[in-house]
Amino acid sequence: MKYLYLIFSGLKRKKLRTGLTILSIMVAFILFGYLTAIRQAFDAGVEVAGADRLIVRHKVSLIQLLPQNYETKIERIDGVDNATHSTWFGGIYQEPRNFFAQMAIVPEELFDMFPEYVVSDEHKAAWLETRSGVLVGRGLVERFGWKLGDRIPINATIWGKKDGGRTWEFDLVAIYEGIEKGTDTSQFFFRYDFFDETRAGGTGQVGWYSVRVSDPDKATEVAAAIDAEFANSAQETKSEAEGAFVQGFANQIGNIGFIIMSIMSAVFFTILLVAGNTMAYTVRERTNELAVLKAIGFTDRGVLGLILSESMALTFVGGAMGLGLAWLLVSMGDPTGGSFPVFYLPTRQLFVGFVLIVAMAFVAGIIPALQAKKLQIADALRR
Amino acid sequence: MTEFLMNHMMVKVRGVDKIFKRGSEVIHVLGGLDLSIPKGEFLALMGPSGSGKSTLLNLIGGLDRPSEGTLEIGGKRIDRLSERKLAAWRARHVGLVFQFYNLMPVLSAQKNVELPLLLTKLSRAERKKRAAIALDIVGLSHRAGHYPRQLSGGEQQRTGIARAIVTDPTLLLCDEPTGDLDRKSGDEILDLLQALNKEQGKTIIMVTHDIHAAARASRTLYLNKGQLSTEAVD
Ligand SMILES: Nc1ncnc2c1ncn2[C@@H]1O[C@H](COP(=O)(O)OP(=O)(O)OP(=O)(O)O)[C@@H](O)[C@H]1O
Ligand SMILES: [Mg+2]
Repeated sequence: MKYLYLIFSGLKRKKLRTGLTILSIMVAFILFGYLTAIRQAFDAGVEVAGADRLIVRHKVSLIQLLPQNYETKIERIDGVDNATHSTWFGGIYQEPRNFFAQMAIVPEELFDMFPEYVVSDEHKAAWLETRSGVLVGRGLVERFGWKLGDRIPINATIWGKKDGGRTWEFDLVAIYEGIEKGTDTSQFFFRYDFFDETRAGGTGQVGWYSVRVSDPDKATEVAAAIDAEFANSAQETKSEAEGAFVQGFANQIGNIGFIIMSIMSAVFFTILLVAGNTMAYTVRERTNELAVLKAIGFTDRGVLGLILSESMALTFVGGAMGLGLAWLLVSMGDPTGGSFPVFYLPTRQLFVGFVLIVAMAFVAGIIPALQAKKLQIADALRR
Repeated sequence: MTEFLMNHMMVKVRGVDKIFKRGSEVIHVLGGLDLSIPKGEFLALMGPSGSGKSTLLNLIGGLDRPSEGTLEIGGKRIDRLSERKLAAWRARHVGLVFQFYNLMPVLSAQKNVELPLLLTKLSRAERKKRAAIALDIVGLSHRAGHYPRQLSGGEQQRTGIARAIVTDPTLLLCDEPTGDLDRKSGDEILDLLQALNKEQGKTIIMVTHDIHAAARASRTLYLNKGQLSTEAVD
């Protein structure tokens, strides 16, 4: 502690340079925090995907439909516990930028298949009583400021109505909460029975099946058995683990994780050069002072420690401010205005941030510190 | 010299060689040099530029190591100490005063003087107190909070001396302490060194080019061609 003023006095020497370096480090860590939250948003589905759930879809593509009667056939297969179907609605609420997922599902089966959506008994009952009722996640409700009893009009892009209309009206009767922070609460579930009797075409056709297997270790075998069941039929299937499915879905936008990692690597590499440069200069400019410190009795190791501590102080001040600001920005809401299923900076990633700070301090400081360590007093004093 | 006197030697340099290698060039600065300095002496070291005065001072202060020979300072062989032990020894036993003061520009006079005390176990309050005493001895109490750039050359050098004596070392090594000062400030520094020698019994070795400065010392030696003599040889 008594060396603290010595450490900071080194940094105070060139205030502008120190300030700019701290700012650069801060910006890097703001980016780190913010981009991490974005990546988290894309990964969230994968991470919380049920290990015991498969997705069964049309072999050709996700937008091709499957017959509704596959459900009983799938449930008869060995190792299958339960199956339920979902159908993508793809409608627009007010304007296209208000994107969120809408799905036609079977209520009782949904509760059974997805325990991560927590719904009160009253809400469940209300939904079962209202054919045009909709179950909406807490996040989505807050995004649009909806409340129970609201009538929500959705313009169809795929599914016209029998009466020729394209505007579907749903009644908000139930809200679900996520069982944990990572749970997607941005979904909009409405009843398949209502959907099937109202839509103009495609009766009896559904989007995909969610299947729960009795033994997660046998998931691969069960998936193969399902696909074999429908091989050579008019609608062949492709079954995969829910995690892999969600990943594939996210990858349609691009490999977000890879893009973000690339950006961050480039930023960190640049900032490392900036910090390393600052440290190299403080040592070079202070050759004489460091020699004097050694002359009055500081050891080689002591001087090494001093320079590393300076590097640590520099990156810590910048990094901690950056992480703090990132946290603040993230908590102010997601950049799409709510399209992300989740948006937060997990504690684990904050921890990773602090590990990065320490690593950066070390890498930026170690070479100058070693130079300071091996400085010969008599030599350095002559310069 | 008698046994009695030998045991009262502060500095015993025996057969010291110092060779510098600059690329393929070998510079023989000191060759088989012997030197004894009794406790409490104020020795002036003169000689032409490049004769090795600073080199010798650095060897005695443990800032550098001899190529050959032994150095015994205050009864301790320092030429064989490890880097860490040597650093600890310097911190305890040697005070250094430089021609260009070598103060930390970002620290106040008080903090500069306190610097060597950071290496001791003294409490913060004790460090402050001792630095204040040292500044008082050099007559700079009133400038304690000032930064080096706010001080005159003479004041900076007095701060340098305060830093050198704050750990109460027995040996003070001064390399051209007045070399960068005008006559008046230089005289003040010399008064101070003389007082430290007479009143506090510090053993002082002072390198100088100035005969007037050397006249303040109790003895003057001349370094030339790697050897010491009592007479100037031109
Ligand atoms: N680290 C070193 N590497 C190479 N040569 C050195 C080194 N240190 C000193 N020398 C050489 O040793 C000789 C003595 O140098 P030193 O600094 O001891 O002289 P000096 O008597 O103090 O001179 P001045 O009066 O100019 O200060 C010079 O020729 C110098 O170039
Ligand atoms: Mg010299």
